[in-house]
Amino acid sequence: MNVEKVVFAFFIVLAATLNFGFVYGDIDDPAHHDIYELFASVVVNLVATVLKFGDRTQIGAVHLATSLVAVLQLVAASVVWAYAAHVKGGLDPEATASVVSLSAGALLANIVSLTLLVSETVSMRR
Amino acid sequence: MTSPIFIALRRLRAPLLMLITVYAVGIVGFLAIPGQDADGRPAAMSIFHAFYFITYTASTIGFGELPNAFTDAQRLWAIVVIYLSVLGWAYTIGSVLSLGQDRAFREAVRRERFARQVRGRSEAFVIVCGFGETGALICAALDRSNTRFVVVEKNETRVAEVDLQGYSATIPAITGDARLPENLLVAGLQHPRCRGVVAVTDDDEANLAVAIAVRLLNPRVPVLARCRDEDVAANMASFHTDHVINPFTLFGEYLSLLLRAPRVYELLDRLVGSAASPETTDRLPPRGRWVVCGYGRFGREVVECFDRQGLEITIIDPDPPADSDRPIVRGTGTNEAPLRAAGIEQAVGIVAGTDNDVNNLSIAVTARHVKPDLYVIVRQNHTANAALFQAFAADYTVVSRAIVAEHCIALVRTPLLAPFIRRVIGGEEPAAEALLGRIETLVGSERITAWSVRLNAADAPAVHRALMDGIAVDFAGLLHDPSDRERTLHAVPLMLARDGVLDMAPADRAPLRAGDEILFAGTNTARERLQRTLENANVRDYVLLGRDIPGGTVWALLTRGDGTA
Repeated sequence: MNVEKVVFAFFIVLAATLNFGFVYGDIDDPAHHDIYELFASVVVNLVATVLKFGDRTQIGAVHLATSLVAVLQLVAASVVWAYAAHVKGGLDPEATASVVSLSAGALLANIVSLTLLVSETVSMRR
Repeated sequence: MTSPIFIALRRLRAPLLMLITVYAVGIVGFLAIPGQDADGRPAAMSIFHAFYFITYTASTIGFGELPNAFTDAQRLWAIVVIYLSVLGWAYTIGSVLSLGQDRAFREAVRRERFARQVRGRSEAFVIVCGFGETGALICAALDRSNTRFVVVEKNETRVAEVDLQGYSATIPAITGDARLPENLLVAGLQHPRCRGVVAVTDDDEANLAVAIAVRLLNPRVPVLARCRDEDVAANMASFHTDHVINPFTLFGEYLSLLLRAPRVYELLDRLVGSAASPETTDRLPPRGRWVVCGYGRFGREVVECFDRQGLEITIIDPDPPADSDRPIVRGTGTNEAPLRAAGIEQAVGIVAGTDNDVNNLSIAVTARHVKPDLYVIVRQNHTANAALFQAFAADYTVVSRAIVAEHCIALVRTPLLAPFIRRVIGGEEPAAEALLGRIETLVGSERITAWSVRLNAADAPAVHRALMDGIAVDFAGLLHDPSDRERTLHAVPLMLARDGVLDMAPADRAPLRAGDEILFAGTNTARERLQRTLENANVRDYVLLGRDIPGGTVWALLTRGDGTA
């Protein structure tokens, strides 16, 4: 067993699960989407991205690309949340819907990342 | 090849992870610790405000406590965050700086930039492998003639010297072994603008490897390789290397010419020689008894050459080969005893040809002291000693690096010169005499160059058009001066190549055809003016037909109107 592989897989799976946890629920109900979960999701996705730096294989490049997409979507969602909560003075259903849909995009990228991880593992057969 | 961006990303992984962790922990801390607003009511910090606070604190800007004044518990946490984040940034910035100092990383960056410069070349260029003394001479001459080149050199210090030479253009140089095909490919071996490869590294085997690589990877490109070893030279020739240049053989050929046909030698010297040309006096080497000091590769060539001319030779060598049946005197020749033993008093000339510059000078000085009217040939091994040899003023100073360099330059710049030289060397005195006479009456002792011209649509559009339109063109017509038609350009056609057949004495009045390739010799001014005739239709009409046609479109229309009316 390789500790590096465990850490790598751990962060990729955690990034996806946190992201899913935030997205899950009615799209425009602020009560279903905990902002702290979005924060955790951003942090874990950032860590996952940095862990993928420097792998020059083809699959490594795709891994990095999906992570960059996820981070981009999540940062966009956070900016929308900050604007709605602090500039407009409250999170209304429209703002919630747009934050959640942006994170849902990130979730898609994370699922691609997960698929890559699983297919890589399966092809190793060990 | 690892791209520098990947190296950078891999090195920055740890510092970036640390920064993310510090920021995340800091934010979580501020979210967990209760704060209070101005009225003392509990007010939790939002993620947005926590991130804002950490962003300006970590970057040491410090706007103060926002959105409300902190409680002491929050201040305690802020202290922790400040120390952690400063550490994080110091680590990150330190890593970036040390990355910039890292040898492997800088090498990768340089290589990447080199590859980009080579890929973007829009002008023809030559690849020079090896930037030693010969390489530097070649590069300097290429730069003077405005030919672009790139350098591949194994030694890092020498690569750094490329930048210090003050060439007129930026010269891409790469640190790498020319034996590796990868390095040649990065240097643009398969680039459509690559015009030739010159292999002048210190190592014959490396030059051979370059020649082979060029033959296999881009057979279209001519390759010139220096080679001092005869076995390796034969190997190169078997690989169809275009020109194998052995400095010793080359000098042997020159010396033979000087003895057998001095006018042919003079012609070659004027055509091939450049600023790096060996210093010679007007004296010709006399026939008679010669003394040769040093029986190495250089000495052997000289002896062979004297043998062909049927001259009597005595050799002086400290360590003579046992199998030789020649009279050999043991010694170095730096003192009088061995020189006298070799019969210096009866000799007409001496060759100081060891591989040690100081010894060569010492031999020459001693010999001249014994017999002042000796013809002295000295071999100079290192460019750095040029001042000493100039001061001594031998009758013939052989600088083998300069011989190789000027030969390479001439062949790279004018590919048609190679077959011409071969024929001239094999040719007889009167032909060379006649050619020299023509050149001398035309330009006197002014410096001349040789260049080739191809009458095709790309290189000579105006004249090619005229030939296609059925206008008769001959040398006499082509060589009128564009600035005054009554005068003739200071240039002589040396050779005409048509359908693979070489005409060594093209007639002035013979009609030229499209696709002909001509080798000219003449002044630089003549070269530039002839190029104008070849390229500009108005100049061509004036030169060939004597018509001074207005250049602008309006004038052209007006004159055409006059003609038809």
